[in-house]
Amino acid sequence: MLVAERLNRSFARPRRTQAVRDASFTVAEGGRLGIVGESGSGKSTLLRLLLGLDKPDSGTVRFRDREVRAEKASALHWFRREVQVVFQDPRGSLDPRMRVREIIAEPLECLGVREDHAARIAEVLAEVDLEPDAATRYPHQFSGGQRQRIAIARALAPRPRLLVGDEPFSALDASVREKIIELVADLAVRLNLSLILVSHDIGVVHRLCDQLLVLRDGEIVEQGRSATVLRTPTHPYTRELLAAVPRLPDDIA
Amino acid sequence: MTLLEITDLTVRIGGKTVVDGVSFALEAGERLGMIGESGSGKSLTALAAIGLLPEEATVTGSVRLHGRELLGLPDRALAKIRGEQLAMVFQEPMTALNPLMRIGKQLAEPLRLHRGLSRGAARARAIELADKVGLPDPDRIVRGFPHQLSGGQRQRVGIAIALACEPAVLIADEPTTALDVTVQAEILALLRDLVDEQGASLLFITHDLAVLSSVVSGLVVLADGKLVERTDIAALAHGRHDPHTAELLRAARAAAFPTPGDPDAGS
Repeated sequence: MLVAERLNRSFARPRRTQAVRDASFTVAEGGRLGIVGESGSGKSTLLRLLLGLDKPDSGTVRFRDREVRAEKASALHWFRREVQVVFQDPRGSLDPRMRVREIIAEPLECLGVREDHAARIAEVLAEVDLEPDAATRYPHQFSGGQRQRIAIARALAPRPRLLVGDEPFSALDASVREKIIELVADLAVRLNLSLILVSHDIGVVHRLCDQLLVLRDGEIVEQGRSATVLRTPTHPYTRELLAAVPRLPDDIA
Repeated sequence: MTLLEITDLTVRIGGKTVVDGVSFALEAGERLGMIGESGSGKSLTALAAIGLLPEEATVTGSVRLHGRELLGLPDRALAKIRGEQLAMVFQEPMTALNPLMRIGKQLAEPLRLHRGLSRGAARARAIELADKVGLPDPDRIVRGFPHQLSGGQRQRVGIAIALACEPAVLIADEPTTALDVTVQAEILALLRDLVDEQGASLLFITHDLAVLSSVVSGLVVLADGKLVERTDIAALAHGRHDPHTAELLRAARAAAFPTPGDPDAGS
């Protein structure tokens, strides 16, 4: 479905950095890829390249055999209909002056989706377990978890095939987090969505993704099936990363 | 021996009760966890204990350190206790440190203030402290500014400042939440080692049960401003617990993933 081939991206300032180095990987139809790395690993840059928000110095991103190039926004409408994003902080990603129905309608309007928008809004609100009357309210009238449901509803509105999450759970409290993770897991199955999930949380990636790649200093140091990488990590950095994750003691785990 | 005793602590801000009758005690040398979700009142409890609540907050109840009541003490008296007997490590080392002051001066400040060390002696001690918390090239690093350090290094500085005067009680409020997981592991190990070495008591605040379980054995659980349970990590698997405690355990279990080498891993 999505093929990244030998992506490179470097920045000259504040100091010369190769943010992404020779990154190649694929996401199969229906596949779920987790991208794991610490700060400065190049996760965000890689994500921007994948989404056509930034141009690689070299290399290509292809979606269903069509190249994704960071050009003027309208040239990527075809891609935006297929690929939608949920960001980390719903407070920052939802316009506080817009009602929820306007927020969800925005991608439908921008992308020229020809469909009954009101009906679609009601549908996606139901998909994320929000009441129909949520449509007339403003983001600040919702809790953090509900706001993330709104962000997910907006992403689902144009019926994308690939959902991208940029740390979508990390701003949430533990109990809410669980519910949103379950929602995404459930939606992925129900709507047969492919997923790319960028996260520093290996536990989340383990639950949602069948494939996993580990980034460090812009380089993919390891990739493969999640279960395999977690059980038998081969790169020393992956081993270090896995060992550093705090765990419950065995007797209560 | 009880070092820090908090009794019926209640904090109101803007007509809202944000900490509601919280009572617990911290024994000498004990490491106690305080856990809860955002808005549970855990940070405000800590800030009340150390006298750093915003001015508009009204506090009732009692906070006793070595049997001495801290609530209602004048600022000068509190400032004397703070840093010397009761110190705190904050979540965001970038905002907790003064961006305009050299690292060495920030390390030396509590020593000059509380211990009356001369500038030269404080400076020498600052370098020792930097070394002790594992900062590389301490002679050079004390001459630098916070922005020149990584997040983990800044938190090491925060820990060094808090422990400079060897306080009896250290409060650490989400000290690793802003850090990467490999850095978090180092900082937690450092905290454990230093607290043990100095024989200090630790109140460790977090929302993360797995993190907590690597630092403490006993914990108090806060929800909606109330202390809902005091228990031990080891006791979590058995018996009846407050629903908030059970939920924290459920979430922590759900977040777990197989250990490398585990034959049952992933399926």
